[in-house]
Amino acid sequence: MKRWLPHAVLLAVCALAVIALLAALNLRDESPIGDARPSAASAEQVQRGAYLARAGNCLACHTIRGGAPYAGGRAIETPFGTVHGSNITPDAKTGIGSWSADHFWRAMHNGRSKDGRLLVPAFPYPNFTLITREDSDALFAYLRTLPAVERPNREHALRFPYSTQAALAVWRALYFRPGVYEADRARSGEWNRGAYLVGGLGHCSACHGGPTVFGPARGSLEMSGGVSPIDKWYAPSLTSRAEASVADWETGQIVELLQTGVSARGSALGPMAEVVYRSTQFLSDADLRAMAGFLKTLPPSSAAVQRSAPIGAVDPEILERGRTLYRKACEDCHGPRGEGARGAYPALAGNRTVVMNPPSNVIRAVLSGGFLPATRGNPRPWGMPPFGHVLDDAEVAAVITFIRNEWGNSAGGVSSVEVQRMR
Amino acid sequence: MHIPHFGSGGRAAAFAVALACAALAAAAQPALRTVPDTMAQRMQACTPCHGQQGRSSPVGYLPRIAGKPAGYLVNQLKNFRDGSRYSAAMSRLVEFMSDDYLREIGDYFAALDLPYPPPPVPTERVGVLRRGENLATRGDPGRQVPACTQCHGYALTGALPALPGLLGLPADYVIGQLGAWKTGSRRAAAPDCMGEIARRLSADDVRAVAVWLASRPVPPGARPAAQPDLPLPLECGSGVR
Repeated sequence: MKRWLPHAVLLAVCALAVIALLAALNLRDESPIGDARPSAASAEQVQRGAYLARAGNCLACHTIRGGAPYAGGRAIETPFGTVHGSNITPDAKTGIGSWSADHFWRAMHNGRSKDGRLLVPAFPYPNFTLITREDSDALFAYLRTLPAVERPNREHALRFPYSTQAALAVWRALYFRPGVYEADRARSGEWNRGAYLVGGLGHCSACHGGPTVFGPARGSLEMSGGVSPIDKWYAPSLTSRAEASVADWETGQIVELLQTGVSARGSALGPMAEVVYRSTQFLSDADLRAMAGFLKTLPPSSAAVQRSAPIGAVDPEILERGRTLYRKACEDCHGPRGEGARGAYPALAGNRTVVMNPPSNVIRAVLSGGFLPATRGNPRPWGMPPFGHVLDDAEVAAVITFIRNEWGNSAGGVSSVEVQRMR
Repeated sequence: MHIPHFGSGGRAAAFAVALACAALAAAAQPALRTVPDTMAQRMQACTPCHGQQGRSSPVGYLPRIAGKPAGYLVNQLKNFRDGSRYSAAMSRLVEFMSDDYLREIGDYFAALDLPYPPPPVPTERVGVLRRGENLATRGDPGRQVPACTQCHGYALTGALPALPGLLGLPADYVIGQLGAWKTGSRRAAAPDCMGEIARRLSADDVRAVAVWLASRPVPPGARPAAQPDLPLPLECGSGVR
């Protein structure tokens, strides 16, 4: 007998064992797929599903700008390549018209498509796995009532090895655990409803929890901040007082922000404006209060302290340059003391976005400007001009350095290189 | 209830304390500024690029928006929002706006009646300008290219509700738009008449017509006509609505 044979056999057995383990871990908690066609949905169920689709903001990723609703196509940049939202209209050929409620449940709960493929977690099934079968069925019933649109899906453009099913299988085995939300008996029903919405359909942690696509394990209720896939905005930590924690906000102020896009304590710009515009403004007062109540109880962290670089001395010449630019371009709206204007423009003194580290969002705001979302509660929003065309990188850096270090703010400088990276 | 009694020194001290408290409160909470709640103030976001009150100059790239027909402006705002016209800056600004607000914005800029600055002195050769004038005022029937004046008005100042005037615009902007129509990155509601016309023009045609248009003074008091001269030479999905 050849000497290498036992080694080879051992190796093969080990490989098979690993594959079997991976497969088993990937198929955890799967329910059998019945072949029953979907039973007729009640009007109530469809209506419930429509509401849940808003809560999950399915439209945002599953619709290309100006395209047919839910027919897919939007490109989402991730650190691992581009993914494209899929067609989830009931078209049999290009959508999910041939799916059953069981297939839909497997996608939501287990992250596997009808054809058995493992789904890329840019589709936030690590969040959606928390939702109940009842809610999944209602969503599916609603999606089946949409007009069927024939629009072939665009392949994702992920880099190797992220593009492979093997890589996905490994990631899932390590970090993805399917399971419906389990209520915390020690908390109220309202709190649990909030946690269910924030952690499940709301998929807040998809941005506020960091770049999780193939990242390390993060819970669906973990919100320590991360880079949003849109325009390099930073999704601030919801647990850090220095970032976007709402622990010391009144519940009503949080509800107001989610409902109208603006509140006395802060407003929604960039990707959060989209969330308010397409999703949270349509949620019921009760659900928003539940979400607000839950968000207030997120355990505080010191993420900002760890993240911020030591604040060095700021070049007085740059500060002066920034001051001059501020007087010319910013003061009319934000005021001579950075105090803002009531109901129109935010104060910059003591503004968390201005002094936040990383400074991505204040740079993005200066470069691209923007309006708050037009909502029922704030139908004629105020706006900020984009200065990216008017100011060069050094000027943007100077004016931001100024506002980060004036009127009691003390957050250190921003360099032209940091500005250039946000272009 | 016990009422504390201060002597004259105590009274002064109490007054000083009260003053200090007031000063502290003022420092902690700066007096709330207000700005006028007008459309002009709400539209300050437009001014660094489009000029104060939407009156940008005919040099550079950015178009003037003041006085354009409201329907035209609303169509463009919606096109930026919905992706049938491309500008990263504009799309970001209007991305989360309702039809109602976009209509109000269009109406606001359309109603501005501001004087136009004189046109820049053209630097192109006379031959180019003449070719541009020919195309703009007579078209090229051989290639089924209608004259600009046929739709945009004899005075080229546009027509309500949605046909834009073509004067007072930077040449580079007009070139950019006709180019975008040729490549399909700017689209209007079907049938997209301008797209069709642009595709019949050569790059030299586009340049000639743009520099000629930019060289024309805007007649004083120029306003869009109340309605277009119907029928238009081509069927248009926008422009007449």
